[in-house]
Amino acid sequence: MASTTATEREGTSRGGGTLYRGDLGMWSWVAHRITGVLTFFFLFAHVIDTALVRVSPQTYDSVIEVYKNPVVNLMELGLVGAVLFHALNGIRIMLVDFWEKGPRFQRAMLWTTLAVWVVVMVPGAYFMLERTLSDLFGGK
Amino acid sequence: MTNALGLAKPRAPRRPAARRSNFELYSWLFMRISGMALVVLVLGHLFIMNILDGGVHRINFGFVAGRWASPFWQMWDLAMLWLAQIHGGNGLRTVINDYARKDATRFWLKILLYVSMVLIISLGTFVIFTFDPNITD
Ligand code: HEM
Ligand code: HEM
Repeated sequence: MASTTATEREGTSRGGGTLYRGDLGMWSWVAHRITGVLTFFFLFAHVIDTALVRVSPQTYDSVIEVYKNPVVNLMELGLVGAVLFHALNGIRIMLVDFWEKGPRFQRAMLWTTLAVWVVVMVPGAYFMLERTLSDLFGGK
Repeated sequence: MTNALGLAKPRAPRRPAARRSNFELYSWLFMRISGMALVVLVLGHLFIMNILDGGVHRINFGFVAGRWASPFWQMWDLAMLWLAQIHGGNGLRTVINDYARKDATRFWLKILLYVSMVLIISLGTFVIFTFDPNITD
């Protein structure tokens, strides 16, 4: 296993197979788990709200109105941020597993992941919240 | 030669000749393959729904009717539904295995998980295939 030779913490109590333990990578694992579970729970509700198109257009539209509420809009931003982190970090996990240099660069790739996340989320937040903010404060 | 989890120690001099199944290996691989597909499917979905043409504010029954008139978006949503459910469900199975302390808790949590997966996959699939744009006519 390539990962055991690349770890910075070789020789810790569990015998050197720990790429992450106590390291920044451990927190990325925690965040990956939380974002994955969160998305799964959202999907449960989301498939049910979409299923309302089988009830009537009015029922669907009235529930979709909830998505346009300012507070819920902010939660959507959180969801998008969570999914984006999970996706980017998932790519990083695959590179660690399959790319021969992956384990050596896992930390650099984590910083890259976070940088890409910020670069996407800043304009993303602008476009997602634009309408809500102008409705609230734009005085129209 | 085996520990409480029933796994052979990596450096044990002799490992059991045949393992009972490769299920965990396939599940590990599936997480990675489905992950790659989901990057496109889910991030694409989020981009279309939240950023493009006014984002969430333009979503209503007519919008969905327009999208599901196209087999392309029907198949997109269908693939996303199945992959996200199986990927996320399989991930949650791992999480349950990690945190449930009692065998009975673990068993019932997994039953709950599998029931919800079957329910959501069936409901979502049913909705995509039976969608009727003229439902109230
Ligand atoms: C967007 C693209 C996605 C990518 C690239 C991705 C990638 C991954 C990878 C590689 C793993 C395995 C981690 C490991 O074995 O250590 C994983 C775990 C997981 N994923 Fe995803 N995933 C994506 C989308 C999703 C979605 C949409 C959901 C929810 C429906 C989800 C829920 C989970 C869960 C619950 C886990 C288990 C976490 C754990 O065991 O700590 N993922 N993901
Ligand atoms: C706030 C963010 C989201 C919005 C506004 C949104 C919106 C929508 C809309 C309008 C539909 C109806 C079908 C269509 O027009 O294609 C839909 C379906 C769907 N969405 Fe989302 N979505 C969001 C997030 C997500 C996420 C994060 C996932 C995956 C984990 C997801 C998975 C699905 C699936 C699987 C379907 C098909 C449902 C079915 O089969 O009945 N969505 N979404």
